[in-house]
Amino acid sequence: MATNDYDAIVVGSGISGGWAAKELTEKGLKVLMLERGQNIEHIKDYKNAHKEAWDYPHRDLPTQEMKDNYPVLKRDYPLNESTFGMWANEKDNPYVEKKRFDWYRGYHVGGRSLLWGRQSYRLNKADFEANSKEGIAVDWPIRYEDVAPWYDYVEKFAGISGSRDGLDVLPDGQFQPPMPLNIVEKDVAARVKKAFKGARHIIPGRTSNMTEAKPDEGRVNCQYRAKCWLGCPFGAYFSTQSSTLPAAMKTGNLTLRPFSIVKEILYDKDKKRAVGVEVIDAETNETYVFKSRLVFVNASAFNSAWLLMNSATDVWEGGLGSSSGELGHNVMDHHFRVGAYADAEGYDDKYHYGRRPTGFYVPRFRNWGTDKRDYVRGFGYQGSASRQGWRRGVAELGVGADLKDALSSPGPWQIGMTAFGEMLPYHENRIYLDKNVTDKWGLPVLAMDVAIGENEIKMRKDMQQDAVEMFEAAGMTNVRGFESDYAPGMGIHEMGTARMGRDPKSSVLNAHNQVWDAPNVFVTDGACMTSGSCVNPSLTYMALTARAADFAVSELKKGNL
Amino acid sequence: MHRRELLKLIASATGVAMVGGDALAYTLRDPVPLSETLFNKTDVAFINEASEVIVPATDTPGAKAANVGATIAVIVTDCYPPALQKTFREGLTAINTASQKQFGEAFISLSKEQRLTLFNKLDSEATAYNTARGIYGIESSKPSRWEAGTTFTPPHYFTLLKQLTLFSFFTSETGATKTLRYVPVPGYYDGDLDYKEGDKAWAT
Repeated sequence: MATNDYDAIVVGSGISGGWAAKELTEKGLKVLMLERGQNIEHIKDYKNAHKEAWDYPHRDLPTQEMKDNYPVLKRDYPLNESTFGMWANEKDNPYVEKKRFDWYRGYHVGGRSLLWGRQSYRLNKADFEANSKEGIAVDWPIRYEDVAPWYDYVEKFAGISGSRDGLDVLPDGQFQPPMPLNIVEKDVAARVKKAFKGARHIIPGRTSNMTEAKPDEGRVNCQYRAKCWLGCPFGAYFSTQSSTLPAAMKTGNLTLRPFSIVKEILYDKDKKRAVGVEVIDAETNETYVFKSRLVFVNASAFNSAWLLMNSATDVWEGGLGSSSGELGHNVMDHHFRVGAYADAEGYDDKYHYGRRPTGFYVPRFRNWGTDKRDYVRGFGYQGSASRQGWRRGVAELGVGADLKDALSSPGPWQIGMTAFGEMLPYHENRIYLDKNVTDKWGLPVLAMDVAIGENEIKMRKDMQQDAVEMFEAAGMTNVRGFESDYAPGMGIHEMGTARMGRDPKSSVLNAHNQVWDAPNVFVTDGACMTSGSCVNPSLTYMALTARAADFAVSELKKGNL
Repeated sequence: MHRRELLKLIASATGVAMVGGDALAYTLRDPVPLSETLFNKTDVAFINEASEVIVPATDTPGAKAANVGATIAVIVTDCYPPALQKTFREGLTAINTASQKQFGEAFISLSKEQRLTLFNKLDSEATAYNTARGIYGIESSKPSRWEAGTTFTPPHYFTLLKQLTLFSFFTSETGATKTLRYVPVPGYYDGDLDYKEGDKAWAT
């Protein structure tokens, strides 16, 4: 085998790319994993993992210079000193906002697996059937039962902590013990359950932060520092670095090549197969060709679509997978930044110890069972209760010792929660290549043309009102609903740009995540989602990737690819 | 847990020692020297004296011991837009003007009690000033909330000083570990911990 020839190429090293590399190498394939950004080695390169606020020159605040250089990132919380350098350089990597789109990108080994929110939920049976039943977009080509064993498989390996609640709306899985709810959350959960007669639930957030160690994998259980985004030296949360990459490396079958921007998938139009990829070295600008029998595209939803758009353009002007007319369309995110918060009185004799990297979760209850609304689909809430700290300020105490004493004691308990709503796949919500704008390497960039629709706007009313209603029903006081501006992308859950379906005329991928027009090309990241559900999507990408890798290898062995 | 024990634990748990590698990611910038700020040593000393009135030494060290003046100089220089830098800078002069007016002396010459009297007055004035302009919630927000090129009405200078002092003090090692409680590696979560009055709040 020539040095540039592999059995499989994996484009991207984030959550789904890491899984593709692990599964394919463990099945004996020689795999090349390409990552456009720098390498980050587990533990060794987590330089800030033990730093405290006082170790940062600006105490973790963004400077004006950082804001100037990161005009998108500054729109929300991710711009800070502690994770600075972990988000894509916006000057080198521009994009066009036909409508405002907040795109948070992690261009380095591990991608956003190092920076994700770690909440891990299964889609439910209805999620896979909703499009079909409601006549929206196209039907998923698979059902919950197709994915369930793969959820089992990835949950066990990734290490997901969570409770088993027996709810159809949020299927249970192979969980480690949950992180506990605190006293206020427990009481509110009990009162909500009673007030809504078992139709609404507050459960511990299911998260990829482990409560039990995995000594065989060199991973320690969570130490409750809540410094996940700095890289966990305990390997306590799932990331490519802590979990899938070491497993893939152990096989001796993986080659990881950072600084490799995949420019296009090379396509043989006679054989109707991909034959490899062309890569630009991000540091030297030299181009390389790597050959393989399989290509897994895991560059994150938008960049995976970008890569397809730039491939096989001599056959299809719009690129590989564009024959459906759906490539780059049906963009989804989760819309949020709406909910409520309140005071919890009567708990002055209680406090908490440790910094829990998750909170509580309220599974969807709207348009579920007998409930019917003037919109379709639903939303879930993420929230937590805690005692306020020094940041609360105490205006009436002026300045001096009294103020200092007050702020060095815990403040009142507060509880808050934010809804995450499902966004429908609208054909007109799309990304496309803008050839007038190029990045540092002269490659055309993406233009974003995405907005939420009537269904989401109607849903947002409930997302606020229901939160208020639940806190009031639970005896909370001073209940305040809120709604902040939401722009697509802020959820950092981009999905749908190369959707799965049953018909090559209306979908980019088939039931096994194969590109209809190139069956040895698999897309298993957020791009493949036919609908978005309202739950955090990464666990589903893991399961679909493992499933697709299993299928790909069996097809390869049968000589079908 | 001490840092050394922590490193041992990590090393034994993961087989990887926490030693410096290539500084590819997650790197910190060097501390900012005072010469690269808009302030000099005298300014920092003055800010420390002023901040000490807002967060004084009690049974635990105060703002001066935490050297919040140095931190504030860096934050105002790098994180503030020009309009706020001006407000803050003029505020330092205004404190002396107010001191002269009320006590006939520069702020630095005032007794502890006089300083407190002056600052409580300025704090009330600042609240009234901000309220009249519809400005709220400064003290509980971050000093980086303002941005160059956007339109905003600067709050009263004293509110800026107070916000910067509280922020710089409670995020300092002194503030976090001596005035507040801080545990670097908690190891577990207890959401039903008994609390009695006087117990300190967690730093984070």
